[in-house]
Amino acid sequence: MFGFGMDHEGLAFWLPLIWSGLIAVAVAMYVIVDGFDLGVGILFKAARSENWRDRMMFSVAPIWDGNETWLILGGGGLFAVFHIAYAVLMPALYVPIILMLIALIFRGVAFEFRFKADRSKFLWDNAFFFGSLLATFFQGMVLGAFVQGFSTDGRQFTGGTFDFLTPFSVLTGLSLIFGYGLLGATWCVMKTTGELEIWARRMAVRFLVATVVAMAAVSVWVPFLGRQIETRWFSWPNIAFLAPIPLVTAYVAYRLLRDLEEGRHVRPFFLTVGLFLLGYLGLGVSLFPYIVPPSLTIWDTANTVNSQLFALVGFAIVLPMTFAYTAYAYYVFRGKVADEISGGGYGYH
Amino acid sequence: MEFDALMLSRIQFAFTIAFHIIFPAFTIGLASWLAALEFNWLRTGNPLYRTLFRFWVKVFAVSFGLGVVSGIVMSYQFGTNWSRFSEFTGNVLGPVIAYEVITAFFLEAAFLGIMLFGWERVGDRLHFFATCMVALGTLISAFWILSANSWMQTPDGFAIENGKAVPVDWFRVVFNPSFPLRYAHMVMGCYLTTAFAVAGMSAWMLLRHPHDAPAAKLAGSRRSLSMALWFATIFVPIQIVIGDLHGLGVLKYQPTKLAAVEGNWDRMANMPLRLFAIPDEVAETNHYEIGIPKIGSWVLTHAFDGVVPGLKEVPRDERPPVWPVFFSFRIMVGIGFAMLGIGLWSLYLRWKGTLFSNRLFLTAAMIMTPSGFGAVLFGWFTAEIGRQPWVVYGHLRTADAVSPIAAGAVTASLLTFVVVYAFVFGFGSYYLAKLLRRGPDPVEDIRGDDLDKKPKRPFSVPDEGLEGRSGHRAQPAE
Repeated sequence: MFGFGMDHEGLAFWLPLIWSGLIAVAVAMYVIVDGFDLGVGILFKAARSENWRDRMMFSVAPIWDGNETWLILGGGGLFAVFHIAYAVLMPALYVPIILMLIALIFRGVAFEFRFKADRSKFLWDNAFFFGSLLATFFQGMVLGAFVQGFSTDGRQFTGGTFDFLTPFSVLTGLSLIFGYGLLGATWCVMKTTGELEIWARRMAVRFLVATVVAMAAVSVWVPFLGRQIETRWFSWPNIAFLAPIPLVTAYVAYRLLRDLEEGRHVRPFFLTVGLFLLGYLGLGVSLFPYIVPPSLTIWDTANTVNSQLFALVGFAIVLPMTFAYTAYAYYVFRGKVADEISGGGYGYH
Repeated sequence: MEFDALMLSRIQFAFTIAFHIIFPAFTIGLASWLAALEFNWLRTGNPLYRTLFRFWVKVFAVSFGLGVVSGIVMSYQFGTNWSRFSEFTGNVLGPVIAYEVITAFFLEAAFLGIMLFGWERVGDRLHFFATCMVALGTLISAFWILSANSWMQTPDGFAIENGKAVPVDWFRVVFNPSFPLRYAHMVMGCYLTTAFAVAGMSAWMLLRHPHDAPAAKLAGSRRSLSMALWFATIFVPIQIVIGDLHGLGVLKYQPTKLAAVEGNWDRMANMPLRLFAIPDEVAETNHYEIGIPKIGSWVLTHAFDGVVPGLKEVPRDERPPVWPVFFSFRIMVGIGFAMLGIGLWSLYLRWKGTLFSNRLFLTAAMIMTPSGFGAVLFGWFTAEIGRQPWVVYGHLRTADAVSPIAAGAVTASLLTFVVVYAFVFGFGSYYLAKLLRRGPDPVEDIRGDDLDKKPKRPFSVPDEGLEGRSGHRAQPAE
């Protein structure tokens, strides 16, 4: 009775839990690391000089490619472990995902092309700015669409092409622009010096205010999206356990503001990361264990045990190595970017 | 032809992947080429190799960037446009694709940054290590993606439960019957693509300069041309043998595809080697056929009276479109033999000592610059169109793999992709052409090792962009 069958059932319960944790980590990694380089792109247009733009771009040029790989891991991981969720979510999010991909194409090539161009340089400055801005906006809309849920029949998406487009998803799209802008600004505070750093501080304060307002608006709206979410947050004893999340968030935002005023270099960025993680935790609490809200759970959509195990073995071995050499790559490019980047001649260009 | 979501998704997939495949086909070989150059620089200390590295790494960076951005599109299209395919294969292919991401993409991305920007920060040896890791990453990436593709061609190691494929034996899934030779054939194809691109671009640089140009100006181009041609001369024959062995596998596991490749309608022994024909799918016969008797059977079965399957053995709705498969294959093989000819010719000219001065040869090599891309693309057409009407051979039809999405949404996205790709890749080609026009720096420009030690100072001279308006380093005079 407690033989293989039982064991198998145990795995069928635990593996999707482990995997949803891993994919949550991958998505969080993505949001943080690509968030700051998309944020640098969002600030890009407002920068006052060519030298500022050069320095901002150089602060992310050696690492942006690795940052974006977490996005592929998010999609790939979903396909690897919850392929039914992947098969339902992707068609449902067709329009915002395709638009996000196109925006990412433009900003991705801007890194290379900008330094190859003279007369056409303005094209790639714009490609970098608008690409970053729109990729962020559509990611935010994907998030909003995800939170508000999908119409499904069994394991098929049954809604329309533009179901994702609602006032709520527009709000989440804008919120993410503010949030990534804040990440980008605090990144610039950490990575640059002089006038540019002072400017980045000012931008960080503005984006912080906008982010806090947006987070509050989303938080107020979310419970009205479904009874399920409302019950989770406001029933006893949940409310006691969950109340710290908004309280800690408020404290972190306050501490961040003070740090920016006090002229700290590094901590504002990590406090922003903390702010993101808290918001993310709040969403996770609202939605768990649904992977296609409000109908399909992680267990409904999980791959076979064999499939999940095979992928898990690889992740267990390779993921620590991935973290190690990614950290090393960051370490190689540590410290502030030089004030004068001669003629845009970065490294190999 | 009806332009429903299925047809439009097929066009969109074919378009985006045909664009995408060009860049990995080039960068897989180029990464190894860079590692070889840097190895030679560390081994000999000859600054020529570092000059060449610094030149080709720029070409690599642009091509790799284009490959990355077009590749992200691919990883999401399985879901957006082919969700029923994802449902059917997810248990099997999901982990395989995920392995590609975690074992290859992160490796490439992390060390690419160090390779491009970090030489002064990490020193020679670590930099060489980074270059090797980028090259290794490209090969690992090809390993997994070709495993997945081969599984769709020759599925193995799985069972069907509730109408979906579930894995039974992972070893047989990954190392499915057509995988080893397909991987060898593809990687060799990528290496040869790079070899002919490098040889052709170098030949072009030599042709642009008069014979009395300073030797140093041309040294890099000569060395590149010579190295690339040695590689091609040795490996084109090996590639032909691998291709032939791969063909035996197709005969065994995908007889209908093979029949389409050969334009063979009836099962027959002593099949001719059809050099040309116009296959007619309605009349189930060939027109204007030119062939060499018995040789077709010999090539395929290694026996003159070997029996080759025919298209008529399966119902019409299980046959692939014949003429695209028939012609793509012949174009690929034709390019392969042209490559062989260039290799043999280069051997003869080396013996005569006129490899760098024979203008007819240099022109031919220049014309062959895109030959590898052509061979890869047409080989890929043969493999993928030949698999139709199946997306998973014998198990899932392409028609049953498409997402439940509106045709309007796919039309809009397809048009957008066409416009965006034309714009972005048009500019990419323009900048690549500019880079190549400028060519490698003359070797005298290298100022020795002390340059490496300066912190934060880029090792290249200040860059003035490629459009030739500003800066002190003018375009070389024509």
